[in-house]
Amino acid sequence: MKPGTPILDIRDLCVSYGKVEVLHQVSLTVAPGAIVTVIGPNGAGKTTLLSAIMGVLPRMRGDVSYLGHVQREIEVERMVAQGMTLVPESRALFGEMSVEDNLLLGAFMRHRLGHRDERDTMDHVFTIFPRLKERRDQMAVTLSGGERQMLAVGRALMAKPRLLLLDEPSLGLAPLIVREILRIVANLKQTGVAVLLVEQNARAALQIADYGYVLETGEVAIEGPSNQLAGDPRVIEAYLGLGGRH
Amino acid sequence: MDIQIALLLGQDGITNGAIYALLALALVLVFTVTRVIFIPQGEFVAFGALTLASIQAGRVPGTLWLLLGAGLVVAIIDLIQAVRRGTGRRIAGIIGWNILYPALVAALLSLLRPDELPQVAQVLLALAVIVPLGPMLYRLVYQPLAEASVLVLLIVSVAVHVTLVGLGLLFFGAEGSRTTPFSEARLDIGGIAVGGQTIWVVIASLALIVVLYQLFERTLYGKALRATAINRVGARLMGISTTLAGKLSFLLAAAIGAFSGILIAPITTIYYDTGFLIGLKGFVGAIIGGLASYPVAAAGAVLVGLLESFSSFHASAFKEVIVFTLIIPVLLWRSLTTRHVEEEE
Repeated sequence: MKPGTPILDIRDLCVSYGKVEVLHQVSLTVAPGAIVTVIGPNGAGKTTLLSAIMGVLPRMRGDVSYLGHVQREIEVERMVAQGMTLVPESRALFGEMSVEDNLLLGAFMRHRLGHRDERDTMDHVFTIFPRLKERRDQMAVTLSGGERQMLAVGRALMAKPRLLLLDEPSLGLAPLIVREILRIVANLKQTGVAVLLVEQNARAALQIADYGYVLETGEVAIEGPSNQLAGDPRVIEAYLGLGGRH
Repeated sequence: MDIQIALLLGQDGITNGAIYALLALALVLVFTVTRVIFIPQGEFVAFGALTLASIQAGRVPGTLWLLLGAGLVVAIIDLIQAVRRGTGRRIAGIIGWNILYPALVAALLSLLRPDELPQVAQVLLALAVIVPLGPMLYRLVYQPLAEASVLVLLIVSVAVHVTLVGLGLLFFGAEGSRTTPFSEARLDIGGIAVGGQTIWVVIASLALIVVLYQLFERTLYGKALRATAINRVGARLMGISTTLAGKLSFLLAAAIGAFSGILIAPITTIYYDTGFLIGLKGFVGAIIGGLASYPVAAAGAVLVGLLESFSSFHASAFKEVIVFTLIIPVLLWRSLTTRHVEEEE
């Protein structure tokens, strides 16, 4: 990959569920090591966008370039193998398994590809989330909401991703924990991980992001550097006004 | 009924129960990972037993043709797909596993005079023929239907069962077979003569259960199977593909089935269609475990074995009726005690 090539470059992505098109010609770019956020109301297609990039949804049109290569066929397994990881809104943890096993499985694809560094990676994840280390033998179902989100992010980091897709990491969490999680996401930048962050909590997202997109009814309505977006009257009125304050 | 008879029946019940327990575990595994109710499980029992019987009788087992044929079809389908997708690296693996491996097994069977080999080698050869049929069956029948509903998968399982029973008749004929016991020893435990094969069945079943437990608790692939059963979406996002998990669980199910058949073949005459009833009793055990809990399923299966053997003494004409009627109170109890959880999609 040449320097300056975006990690992810999407051109005119359209996604349909059956006959209903839910994303219309969405274009979006994530630069290496950047945090890019997609904000917008419920039902705008934010989760669909992430699912399409990850290959969870089969039917779509448009070009997706990842690491400088156009992806002819987007398949979850292949995207994971190429260092893309999605943390879904539901967290999708393995509830009746220990925290440690959850983390180990995060490195499943790396293990299959012949890497044997999961213990070192786990130590690294434990330095980011010391709480997980305390809870390593506990079942995931016994964790609190914040700890579950930490485990979901930690498990994703076990894959040593180059691009991390985060779907609503703040959902259902107390403000203090939201701040902590987002601080950790912001710190990921230093390790060179690019992040595509989907959030309803626009204020918090724009604080840590470099660039932002506003997705409304399946289309990119506004885009720009996040400080510029945070000052845009349309964004302030719809997402950052009193109604959007968290 | 005096204590002697009770002990004898108990011994019988535990022997059969051990086999049902193995099958129940396989059914729970396949269902939790792939949502398939694996009715053809019993056919793997019969195929395992009858393949070993053929080998011991110096005949080429008909299941070898099934292995060669299924391998060829899988190879053709996978090669077409690999070329279409431009994933050329996989071609060697596809040909190796689906064409070269069956050819190797065929060569061994025809060159070695298997009827003169030691029994361990015969058992390994029989497993070598039957076990790969599991993942091949998954590839051909269930993989294209991975997103189908549980009901569709059940109907398909019935079709596969009927097909395999038919093939069993074609391969092995209508006569039943028995194989040579692993051990002719007879032990005297508390005044009861216990056959060597009975002890083999119980110990081998327990050993296999321990191996399975270790597999699920200690190995990454075992954990991946559990993860798929717990959260399909989560597992996919970790790169554990549905196909991989499906093939792995079918591999284990086929191995457990064939091994069970080989264990009981010396003490029960196995016919081409015997597997179904045996599998169904394992299924009753699995139902007692709610198709979810391994220990409860295994315990339930042993209960089925005991119930069967005691009812064959008291009301031998009704033994199957009694065993399968057990499922009604169990289902009632389960439906009253468990909360229905909608499956997460």
